[in-house]
Amino acid sequence: MVKKILLLIVCLYMALPGILMAQDNDPQKKYMAFDMRHNGKIYVVVGVILIIFTGIILYLVRLDRKITRLERDKL
Amino acid sequence: MRKSWWKIVCVLLLLYTITGGLLFTVPAREILHESIRNLYFHVCMWMVLMVLTTTSVIYSIKYLRSQNLRDDIYAVNFAKMGILFGVLGYTSGALWAKYTWTEFADASQIFTEPKLTGAAIALLIYFAYLVLRGSLTDIDKRARIGAIYNIFAYAMLFPTIWILPRLMESLHPGKGGNPALNFDDLDNRLRIVFYPAVIGWTLLAVWITSLKIRIDLIKEKSLLNG
Repeated sequence: MVKKILLLIVCLYMALPGILMAQDNDPQKKYMAFDMRHNGKIYVVVGVILIIFTGIILYLVRLDRKITRLERDKL
Repeated sequence: MRKSWWKIVCVLLLLYTITGGLLFTVPAREILHESIRNLYFHVCMWMVLMVLTTTSVIYSIKYLRSQNLRDDIYAVNFAKMGILFGVLGYTSGALWAKYTWTEFADASQIFTEPKLTGAAIALLIYFAYLVLRGSLTDIDKRARIGAIYNIFAYAMLFPTIWILPRLMESLHPGKGGNPALNFDDLDNRLRIVFYPAVIGWTLLAVWITSLKIRIDLIKEKSLLNG
């Protein structure tokens, strides 16, 4: 089960270049930050959010472990 | 950690949501432009609210049938976490609206926006649920009255945030349909991130709720044992 889900996520990541290259001639396009996404340091923002998110998740994992230990002692 | 496989799925889905949500191409839309990416964050909060309040009301009904305090602990914690995600959805929606609706609507239209008013009423009804519970000291009475009130609150949730805003003139997407699910508003480039995002955020909320429930159960045990 876990392996299948991991495989699915890897597949989705491999589809990334195809999704990024997709182009169309839409008049609304001039408002989109298309070039900025590649050159405008947006990856830094993604990195920062990922770091914060990882921190919160690690905290949650530790909390979970602590509660498990507490349950073992009390029951 | 208990039953950790779905927690791993949750983290992976959310990592995918953040990277994919910020970096994948999105369809170019009027007014919204890049802010369409909020679909993966703001809209998901409301999806989570729906899942959690539904779970909460199911446990409230279970409590009324079984009179088992365990069910009451489940119900109140799911409701609390639902409210938290509702508040997050409301606040993020306010920010999103500030930079999109103000481009074409005037202040009076925004202040009388039925979706905002409806969501505020729904959240206030749920705040009242917590106030009601907090004001009762008897555990059984609190659980019983809380469970009944929770059912009424849930019954008001659907009209206030889904039905009424769609019957009236609204700035919020969704009039005459379901914006998150229909084919005009949501194309495949959005769907590829949106659906995993909904599942990921829901799992995260359930995870946090499960921790709160486990703490409450430990508390209840030590209360009964001395």
